[in-house]
Amino acid sequence: MTPLIIADQEFGSRLFVGTGKYASAEAMTESILASGAELVTLSLRRLDLQHQTDNILKPLQRMGVKLLPNTSGARNAQEAIFASELAREALQTNWVKLEIHPDPRYLMPDGNETLVAAEALIKKGFVVMPYVHADPVLCKRLEEVGCQCVMPLGSPIGSNMGLASRPFLDIILEQANVPVIVDAGIGAPSDASLALEMGADAVLVNTAMAVAKQPKQMSKAFRLAVEAGRLAYESGLGEKRFDAAHATSPLTEFIGALS
Amino acid sequence: MSKVSVVRIVEQSQAITGQFSQVLDDMDWQAMSRSHQMKTEQDVIRALAKDKLGVEDFAALISSAAEPYLLEMVAKSEGITQQRFGNTISLFAPLYLSNACANECTYCGFSMSNAIRRLTLNEQQVDAEVAAIKAKGFDHILLVTGETNKVAMPYFERMLPRIKPHFSQLSMEVQPLEMADYERLQQLGLDAVLVYQETYRRKTYLEHHLRGNKGNFNYRLDALDRIGQAQIHKIGLGVLLGLEDWRTDSIAMAHHLRHLQKRYWRSRFSVAFPRIRPCEGGIEPKSVISDRQLVQLIAAWRLFDADLEMSLSTRESPTFRQHAVKMGFTTMSAESKTQPGGYAEEAQPALEQFQISDERSVSDIAAMIHAQGKEVVWKDWDPALTSRF
Ligand code: SF4
Repeated sequence: MTPLIIADQEFGSRLFVGTGKYASAEAMTESILASGAELVTLSLRRLDLQHQTDNILKPLQRMGVKLLPNTSGARNAQEAIFASELAREALQTNWVKLEIHPDPRYLMPDGNETLVAAEALIKKGFVVMPYVHADPVLCKRLEEVGCQCVMPLGSPIGSNMGLASRPFLDIILEQANVPVIVDAGIGAPSDASLALEMGADAVLVNTAMAVAKQPKQMSKAFRLAVEAGRLAYESGLGEKRFDAAHATSPLTEFIGALS
Repeated sequence: MSKVSVVRIVEQSQAITGQFSQVLDDMDWQAMSRSHQMKTEQDVIRALAKDKLGVEDFAALISSAAEPYLLEMVAKSEGITQQRFGNTISLFAPLYLSNACANECTYCGFSMSNAIRRLTLNEQQVDAEVAAIKAKGFDHILLVTGETNKVAMPYFERMLPRIKPHFSQLSMEVQPLEMADYERLQQLGLDAVLVYQETYRRKTYLEHHLRGNKGNFNYRLDALDRIGQAQIHKIGLGVLLGLEDWRTDSIAMAHHLRHLQKRYWRSRFSVAFPRIRPCEGGIEPKSVISDRQLVQLIAAWRLFDADLEMSLSTRESPTFRQHAVKMGFTTMSAESKTQPGGYAEEAQPALEQFQISDERSVSDIAAMIHAQGKEVVWKDWDPALTSRF
């Protein structure tokens, strides 16, 4: 399996995970270990940066995974930029997962504000990983302002609906010059596997692992699924059966007569 | 609330820089040739079953292994074309502004050493040509010149404002220019630029471009990146079938198309399939493509890219062009004159760039298209859409 490279950083695992919704810090740690993930996203608003005893941050730092702060909770570009700067200072990383959702119910990403914030953050030296709708045009524009990857959603966040945005993901994958990481909506290992088979460079999974009856085992299932999907993609998948079509008759005669 | 801001691209991000000449340098011609020679029927069947094809699938479809599947390929491409473009064919006319040329190309009648009368149309002659072409009903025009510094930006800047008001779509097939020049021409109404690489094999290219600026392979190749960066609305590619192994050349062009599409996603793309035609002082083709193989190539391009515009010139015969309407083409020229001043006056054939095969009139061709159950599209663009604010 080829490694994934984002902004000169290499990742052996193509499964990225989140830290929310776990029953305990211990369950989270076990689960992340079983997933094999090398990049873990965490919400800045959940972190207790004043107290060194933060029970999410400490174990993650001990594990040695790459931490990706996200701006979830930000409702516009300004708030997201502010959150990113706070995170850079607190966690000593210039990587940020840019999430802007003005809507607290469905947490739908705001494409306009995301593009504005991405451009500003890149100018400030951030490696920006934007979470967006599966919008091919927006993904190209984010690439143009210098995003090192794009993170289109598979379906609404937390919905477990899988790749409902598949036709649009297909276009994004076809056109992208940067890695595409499918984020949100992945409910089952088979969804993750399908995303990788389609050519996605990685997936980000949180809820499906965190709320499983056995998070650790589910994390392992996701690890295997992502590996299987990527291996299949790299091996060249056989496509569905080819059904012969028939040319219109004048054309058939014309072609029959050609030398 | 944040205030409204407008995002402009200040610099190209790293992910989208890089011209195609750098990409081509890393490709090995022999390996590209093997990529079609080694294809099996299984590869062809797999490619035929896919909805989205990669360059390797395209290589399978143009390989000799695909020959038994020609009818299936054509049928599938017929269906795709109809789905994406409907029952329509756009017609355009080429307008040769000049046959002056400071290059020596082994296959072209305009080569500088050919003793033909050279003519560059002046303002009045251009007006007469425009009027004659308008009278035939055309609304899309392709400006063509030889390649010389004498017919360059200052000339184009004079002529475009005269020509553009009469047509809703203006394309050009001229020498490669700088990006700023393409931007300037776009301001003057240019919608599309066609730059045919002739062949993607550097060695062969140099054998056929003996003198003149056209010998600069990379400058020509990277013109398409410059056109894309200038955000020209439509970009045309092509190889001159016959200079090199047509299969390998087409594979290289498929790589080129994908490279451009990933970077210049605001532009549309078109391809053309010129075959070497007899001309004054011309050469014998090295790699002859038969009619059957040309049909295979056309169908393969359509399967490779459902939205690609595909253009057919009057180099092909009336019978071929009649069926081309169903094979995947979306654009055709008609009643073309390949010499400057050809529409307005009875010009001497010695001025022609190449001989055309389809001599029928525009109305005959329109009738032929109707008889195939298709509609002729004369106007396919509105200048208001490209005006810059
Ligand atoms: S192909 Fe173009 S550059 Fe070459 S001789 Fe003909 S007109 Fe001139």
